[in-house]
Amino acid sequence: MCLAVPVKVIAVDGTEADVDIGGVERRVSIMLTPEVKVGDYVLLHTGYAINVIDEQRAKETLELFEEIARLDEIH
Amino acid sequence: MKFIDEYRDAGLGKKLAEHISHISKHPARLMEFCGGHTVSIMRNGLRQLLPPHIEMLSGPGCPVCVTANSDIDRMIALAQLPDVIITTFGDMIKVPGSYSNLSQARAEGADIRIVYSSQDAIKIAGENKGKSVIFIGIGFETTAPTIAATLLQAKQKNVKNFYVHCLLKLCPPVIKAVLDLGEVKLNGIIGPGHVSTITGTAPYEFIPRDYRIGFVISGFESLDILQTVSMLIEQIEKDEPAVDIAYSRGVRPEGNPMALQLMDKVFDKESADWRGIGIVPASGLKLAPEFADFDAMSAFEVKVEPVKETKGCICGEIIRGIATPHQCPLFRKVCTPENPIGPCMVSSEGSCSAYYMYGDDNG
Amino acid sequence: MGKTVILAHGSGSKLSHDLVEKNLLQPLHNDLLAKLDDSAVFDVRGKLAFTTDSYVVSPIFFPGGDIGRLAVCGTVNDLSMSGAVPLYLSLALIIEEGLPLEDLDKIVNSIKVTTEEAGIQVITGDTKVVNKGSVDKIFINTAGIGLISDGVDISGSNAKAGDKIILSGSIGDHGIAVLSLREGFDFKVPVQSDCAPLNGLVADMLEASKNIHVLRDPTRGGLATTLNEIASQSDVGISIFEDKVPVHDGVRGACELLGFDPLYIANEGKTVAFVAADDAEKVLAAMKNNNYGKEAAIIGEVTESRKGKVVLKTRLGASRMIDMLTGELLPRIC
Repeated sequence: MCLAVPVKVIAVDGTEADVDIGGVERRVSIMLTPEVKVGDYVLLHTGYAINVIDEQRAKETLELFEEIARLDEIH
Repeated sequence: MKFIDEYRDAGLGKKLAEHISHISKHPARLMEFCGGHTVSIMRNGLRQLLPPHIEMLSGPGCPVCVTANSDIDRMIALAQLPDVIITTFGDMIKVPGSYSNLSQARAEGADIRIVYSSQDAIKIAGENKGKSVIFIGIGFETTAPTIAATLLQAKQKNVKNFYVHCLLKLCPPVIKAVLDLGEVKLNGIIGPGHVSTITGTAPYEFIPRDYRIGFVISGFESLDILQTVSMLIEQIEKDEPAVDIAYSRGVRPEGNPMALQLMDKVFDKESADWRGIGIVPASGLKLAPEFADFDAMSAFEVKVEPVKETKGCICGEIIRGIATPHQCPLFRKVCTPENPIGPCMVSSEGSCSAYYMYGDDNG
Repeated sequence: MGKTVILAHGSGSKLSHDLVEKNLLQPLHNDLLAKLDDSAVFDVRGKLAFTTDSYVVSPIFFPGGDIGRLAVCGTVNDLSMSGAVPLYLSLALIIEEGLPLEDLDKIVNSIKVTTEEAGIQVITGDTKVVNKGSVDKIFINTAGIGLISDGVDISGSNAKAGDKIILSGSIGDHGIAVLSLREGFDFKVPVQSDCAPLNGLVADMLEASKNIHVLRDPTRGGLATTLNEIASQSDVGISIFEDKVPVHDGVRGACELLGFDPLYIANEGKTVAFVAADDAEKVLAAMKNNNYGKEAAIIGEVTESRKGKVVLKTRLGASRMIDMLTGELLPRIC
């Protein structure tokens, strides 16, 4: 539930920001994520950014998948 | 698309599924509490990739599905008041109440508009000063802070013709209520991803502690769900239930403190009526006294006919995970997306809708 | 003349004649139309295809096209999907009083440009003007006649087990382009409608192979609905691969944001072809060589089993059914 989509912040303007996904742009509220900076990715839900995506963790998760895939090869 | 495509990788997905088969030695019954997970599992055919002794059940994770008939009836009654514009998320438009739905009310002349954001409702209020704009506030903790933020803006801008009909609900209490019903014996819970983005992990600590059931917070792509299942199976095999986060790129243990703060400011907790479960204490949100002026139910008086539940509809049991859509006598025969009898079929995240749209003929 | 269309323009008066002469006949000029008889009279021998459609799209101007272009393409494509070479169109306009003449001229110009591209002519027409509120700006009906050559037999009931299914390009563009202008959406969407006349593409395909069994353009209801219709008509099973169906980034982005599935979104410049397996590569090559088929791809095949059903093979190798579109596409938060 709670369709929230990763979008890139391309401009910040007070309590609002412009975001982009696949070339689609919208102005959204960052009242819930005031710390956001241009270049960050945020989760967008009903016109509000609800979280800043942790890119480091994202990378670690993918590396974990790759490791599981490698380990399984050994089985 | 970044942060989406990588988590749909087919090669890695197949490997994760194989990994789960290798490590899973005991039967396991897992429940997902989020409609988004139900849809992702069905859409990606994940059940087909998992060994048959891992059972996946769907719980009450769709805020539309768990809205009581009486609340829907009241919404429709509000729509029929003169000089009222109803603004709502698209999800609610076809949900059947006792006698009608918003779509029908609109065809009969009510001014009902679908909005993408609660902020759009304030805009509509500004453009229609002679009318009252009522926003139907439906959702869980993911949506609650967004509506709180919108109300704060409405208060700041001194908007006089904007109201919220608050039907927001909370997840941890309903998870407890379902576990307390004791109808299903679960070994693990696939935790709602975006609800947890807001709440963090603390509200779920009671689950492994008091019920010895593992709780792993999951993202929504196929790899995310497979990773979550893998982590739950590991817990089950070691008999070490715990709260954990699989969706680490989207969820922090402390959640979103700013969002929680805004929710605290704007809402108070109250008991709420969950379809199929009944009244669950402290599981709903109402507007705090400081925001009472925006409360649609105080501002408008509506008369509703007595609530009527549809015979044969077992949405309640499906929501509690003790029946699957195939066990409903109305599923596919009478109850279809064109003619939904209960909310589980009309909501895009309801179990019945997911099974109908994405299910195999045989399952 | 004033700046807008008024009721008198539809009354048969001198004003009507002026409007028809200046704003319709001149731009669309051809010999048959110029005759101005009650009916267009022409000689055609052979197997004919005849179709009609009404166009009520709102808004009337959208990225990549307008209601005029749509009105020509829709009917040209319906003829093409039956394997007919489109010849002539009729054009009936029902205009709401108050429509700016500038808008009417733009629409008629689109019709002119599109008919020229498709190599066909509007040879008869009608213009009515109605009270404000009776129609939404302008409604258009076009009917079309086309000629079917010998040996061409294309129908939704002709699909055979083993046929390959070829899609001429990306899906969802038209629907998202129109949706992006909907009241209150406020999304900047870099998507253009794919509205295009496909008779040239179909001609190239038919030249490459005589074994094209089905052609259909996936308009309202999208690719999923069209495939279901064919599966039902031909009483066959259809199997398609999720990762073979082309979708542009902008469409994907909009769909992710609003919770839509591109498989259900309307297209106005695409065709899906069911081709005998041996000829599939030839037809694909011919399509890729045409302007409107550059992104063509083989997306699946017709099966013996699961008759009447459409099955999607997901990236992960699991399969699930796809049904027709039920109800409207609604944006969701869940």
